[in-house]
Amino acid sequence: MSAISDRVVPSSGHSGWLVWIGAASMSFLAVFALALAVSAARLADTWSAALAQSATIRISAPPAELEGQTEAVLEVLRTTPGIRDARVMTVEEQGQLLSVWLGPDLPLDALPLPRMIEVWETADGPDRQGLRLRLSAEAPGAIYDDHTQWRRPLISAATRLRGLSVLALLLIGGVTGVIIALAASAAMASNAQVIHVLRLVGARDRFIARAFVRRMTRRAALGAAIGTALGMLAVAGLPAFGPEATSGLGFQGLSWLAPLCVPVLIAGVALLAAAATALKVLRGVT
Amino acid sequence: MIELQDVTHDYGGGALFENVTASLDPGSFHFLTGPSGAGKSTFLKLCYGELRPSRGSVAVGGSDLRAMSRDELAAMRGTIGVVHQDCQFLDHLDVRANVGLPLHATARPVADRDIEDLLSWVGLNAQADALPPTLSGGERQRAALARAVITAPRLLLADEPTGNLDWDMSQRLLSLMIELNRMGTTILIATHDMNLIRTAKSQVSSRVLRIAGRRLQSAGADL
Ligand SMILES: Nc1ncnc2c1ncn2[C@@H]1O[C@H](COP(=O)(O)OP(=O)(O)OP(=O)(O)O)[C@@H](O)[C@H]1O
Ligand SMILES: [Mg+2]
Repeated sequence: MSAISDRVVPSSGHSGWLVWIGAASMSFLAVFALALAVSAARLADTWSAALAQSATIRISAPPAELEGQTEAVLEVLRTTPGIRDARVMTVEEQGQLLSVWLGPDLPLDALPLPRMIEVWETADGPDRQGLRLRLSAEAPGAIYDDHTQWRRPLISAATRLRGLSVLALLLIGGVTGVIIALAASAAMASNAQVIHVLRLVGARDRFIARAFVRRMTRRAALGAAIGTALGMLAVAGLPAFGPEATSGLGFQGLSWLAPLCVPVLIAGVALLAAAATALKVLRGVT
Repeated sequence: MIELQDVTHDYGGGALFENVTASLDPGSFHFLTGPSGAGKSTFLKLCYGELRPSRGSVAVGGSDLRAMSRDELAAMRGTIGVVHQDCQFLDHLDVRANVGLPLHATARPVADRDIEDLLSWVGLNAQADALPPTLSGGERQRAALARAVITAPRLLLADEPTGNLDWDMSQRLLSLMIELNRMGTTILIATHDMNLIRTAKSQVSSRVLRIAGRRLQSAGADL
């Protein structure tokens, strides 16, 4: 009997295509917005985790004073609470860092390189203001750089990006709802005679609405499944960039499960939009 | 079963009938006659709530239609059977599904046996899988009657149910309605067919109402 309840609304009609294509396109877009949101969140996490507990001390001083100031800095660090470890970078390591910018085969000896000390902070970190004061007293050429100045804009850019992609997801949901609502009211208008007959035989609004809503939801879910699958393929096909596994744009590991929610959410939006529209239309028709 | 109190109906071009008061008792058998265009179909539509009277009140089974919510009106329609003059099928569903529609639409159990029995009674076994637009006028009316009685309704309103049928088939449908009436269904048939009315009168105690000149009269025995 449910078979006939499903068929009381004829399946023909162009609104079917609208739902189908609309849901597929919106899902495709939603997968991209989701990929952006997930990547942005991951980048923000990675950057803040990697940078939060590290700092660099740069010592620029005449060659004669360099050794002394380095010793003094290390001594200050040893006696400062909140510092886990510190290590003087070798000239080769500095060369590696610079080669990213200046190319290989740098004549390191010819460059007046400052001395670099890598510092690892504890979770709570040191009292940075106090540390800077002590350093300027003990080693005037030392500058404590906790990376905040370039960490902040990066992290806030990533956070902003994530916010924007969440906004995009909301817009996609809203547009999907509008498409479904329009399609539902078009379907009901073109099936006015069917609704009339159903009313004559005693069907309630709920029964009639369900017949339309089921059809809409099923089409939307199918379209969304296809759109999502294509979106996931497209994201999987994005070229990875950067050496680290975390640097790519897209899904990784468990986050591949996130786009699987898209068809479910799109179908949910379709169901709500179609049901609200159908009941509203039926209330206006006697 | 049906009560009309001072009912006036006007489609907009002047009253079709005025101050009609009528009462059909439960279990009664009525015919409604009158010239074409007098308002027979309109009268029936008022009874099942497709139309609202311009003035006056209509009650079915003791409930005033004006006071009903849409769900209550639907529930009322689920308990009555109507043969519409223009049949009102779902053209994309086969005859079998159309006959079962009042049960499907109200989530009542559908016994396939009952549908088959009814289809064979009205002589439509061979057309069970056909779509309504492919049926002849008479076949449509038979299917419409089958749909109207599938719910074993307490009230049957039939608008020209035999208009396109040969005499034998008219008799057959009439005897189906008489049988239902014996089992308690209130019957109201709108028809022009005086032979049908005479035949019915010889088998069941029935009354004839006549709409003419904006009035509803009870016709005498002078048919
Ligand atoms: N929806 C409508 N809008 C305007 N006028 C209508 C409407 N329906 C019917 N009428 C008019 O009301 C009058 C009565 O129509 P109705 O169908 O009730 O007559 P009837 O007695 O059933 O006629 P018939 O015997 O030919 O079926 C007719 O003149 C018709 O043109
Ligand atoms: Mg008529």
